[in-house]
Amino acid sequence: MSEQGQRIEVVTDQDVVRVRQLVRTLAVAVKLSLVDQTKIVTAASELARNTLVYGGGGWVEATSVDNGRRKGIRIVFADQGPGIADLDLAFTDGYTTGGGLGLGLSGARRLVDEFDIVTAVGEGTTITVTKWCR
Amino acid sequence: MTLSADEAARFAALVDEHQEALVTAWTERVASTLRGRLSHAELQRQNGELRRGFQQALAGSAQDLAAEPAAELRAQLAELSSTRARQGFSATETAVSIFAFKDAVLNAFDGVNVRDYVAFSSFVDEAALFTFDSYVRVREELIADQAEQLLELSTPVVKLWEGVVAVPLVGTLDSARAQVVMERLLQTLVDTGSPYAIIDITGVPAVDTQVAQHILKTVVAARLMGADCIISGIRPQIAQTIVALGIEFGDIATKSSLADALRYVLAKAGQNKQSKQSKRREP
Repeated sequence: MSEQGQRIEVVTDQDVVRVRQLVRTLAVAVKLSLVDQTKIVTAASELARNTLVYGGGGWVEATSVDNGRRKGIRIVFADQGPGIADLDLAFTDGYTTGGGLGLGLSGARRLVDEFDIVTAVGEGTTITVTKWCR
Repeated sequence: MTLSADEAARFAALVDEHQEALVTAWTERVASTLRGRLSHAELQRQNGELRRGFQQALAGSAQDLAAEPAAELRAQLAELSSTRARQGFSATETAVSIFAFKDAVLNAFDGVNVRDYVAFSSFVDEAALFTFDSYVRVREELIADQAEQLLELSTPVVKLWEGVVAVPLVGTLDSARAQVVMERLLQTLVDTGSPYAIIDITGVPAVDTQVAQHILKTVVAARLMGADCIISGIRPQIAQTIVALGIEFGDIATKSSLADALRYVLAKAGQNKQSKQSKRREP
């Protein structure tokens, strides 16, 4: 059971800020705790920036979800970029190809409850994350 | 459909011949869309000049707006849209001022050939679109200027105590702002000769890896200049997020509030003073 999601095209740095604002609004609406709000907003910020920097731009769609027992927020990040060749390496703390801290992808996984990644070289990357209310 | 040389010349003659009636009719139309926000005399003057511009362009048999004889007209149109944009008129109101010229022309001359008129009309359309483009460009310049002003406004470096400067960060810390913050902080450290700097992130809504990296770089740069850097304003939710992300601040001192950071710095400064004094006494 889920409502219609809101989609934001991620093409510039400004769009990452818009994603953050959208996720924060949704997180407040589903009554996530302050800590969880901050976690999901930070994860969204990381992944949206990855979509922009490594995926060459794409879109982000955020939806509030309800599994009958708990409410939550689900966010999809999709790009048509080069994809990730070695997932294990990409999830290694401190590994980066872009001069960052190398914690964005692995850190984002630790910030959310469910993390799903679909990627293939040359076909882009789609990441779906979910955070449930406690 | 472009204007042929014959058509352009015919219209140039017409526009010249009926100039007063044309400018009056045109001004009335524009005045009604702008609803009295510009004086009649002002509009009359503007339209008079624009009419001359159109007439020159047509007399020089400009086939479209990009042609050489229309250079003067283009400059006038750019000027018009820039003033209108700064005066707060909408893009439509600006473009309609030019479109109204067509109506005025149609009303002023009876029995204009339809083919001629359509060609002339597309020339005016082009002019109106040109004002639209210039209008948008001016607005974008305004926005860019404001963004820059905001950047300057939002990154103050304040002297908190003798030898202690603080940077209260508010809002999103993107690369551009991080650069400004770093430059300001380092310059202030030099100017004031302060040995301590406090970076307060109470107003930063989310600390992700990019923000953390910018802060870390700033701290390292300040250290290279011999200043001690403390990060304050780390709220509980931010602390938990930083831990989950796996960001390590290493041996950089962090405090939950600006007051704690100041107390820490003052205590440290006091110790240094004492140890210096005792060293002096000992030998």
